[in-house]
Amino acid sequence: MNSFLTHPIPVSWYLLVSAVLFALGVIGFLVKRNLITVFMSIELMLNAVNLSFVAFAHQWHAVKGQIFVFFVMVVAAAEAAVGLAIIIAVFRARNTLAVDRINLMKL
Amino acid sequence: MHLILFFIFAGCALAGAVNLLLQSHPINSALSLIVVMISLAVLYLLLGAEFLAIAQIIVYAGAVMVLFTFVVMLLNAGREERTRGSRAALALGFPAAVAIVAIIATVILRAQGLSTAGVQQGITSTAELSRVLFHGLLLPFEITSVLILIAILGAVALARQGNGDGERKAGK
Repeated sequence: MNSFLTHPIPVSWYLLVSAVLFALGVIGFLVKRNLITVFMSIELMLNAVNLSFVAFAHQWHAVKGQIFVFFVMVVAAAEAAVGLAIIIAVFRARNTLAVDRINLMKL
Repeated sequence: MHLILFFIFAGCALAGAVNLLLQSHPINSALSLIVVMISLAVLYLLLGAEFLAIAQIIVYAGAVMVLFTFVVMLLNAGREERTRGSRAALALGFPAAVAIVAIIATVILRAQGLSTAGVQQGITSTAELSRVLFHGLLLPFEITSVLILIAILGAVALARQGNGDGERKAGK
């Protein structure tokens, strides 16, 4: 029992968690019908990728992997600001957030 | 100890992500996304990335999610409408998602040379991180400031544009 508690965690488990989170983000992006929730699914995917970056940085003792996560965070924050501004503009123009009704460019 | 923390917070992250999919109200989805991000911060700490764990809480769980909840409340987003997707998409989509996860999982679990993680293998200190960031990668770091400036300008321009049009229309 004691060896179970002090047993170190395989890095692959973190990668598995990251893969499952990414898949859930993809499912949310495709399934959800609210523009804001679709955008949240994108953030979930970015977070999942960040987790595997940190896991690999720990695996190979590479500090640059963590710096990459830092840059991903910066880009994600900028993307969130611009994306939410676009969502506000779309809501003003169409008065709805349902992705099924925002179909101007649909074939 | 690490194993217990890993299971608790990995479970929290996965449960939060599943809850994000199941909730129909955007504010509930936003709150479960905050749970995911805080759990991921603890996982970063278990992997020895102390700076990123704090940055995750401040930037993601703080700033970005405040922006999300602010917009959800500003636009008064209600429940999402249930639309009837095609039966074939439902029958094919979820098995396809499970299959993709299974393929990735087999690749990860069969990969050679992946070791184990523990804090005793060393925490990347913030000093070490900043030494690499500000010596070798100073130019990309400075360029991100331009990126953020452009993002701020773009956000302001996009959010104001509808307003200006409305005023112009009202003026006519």
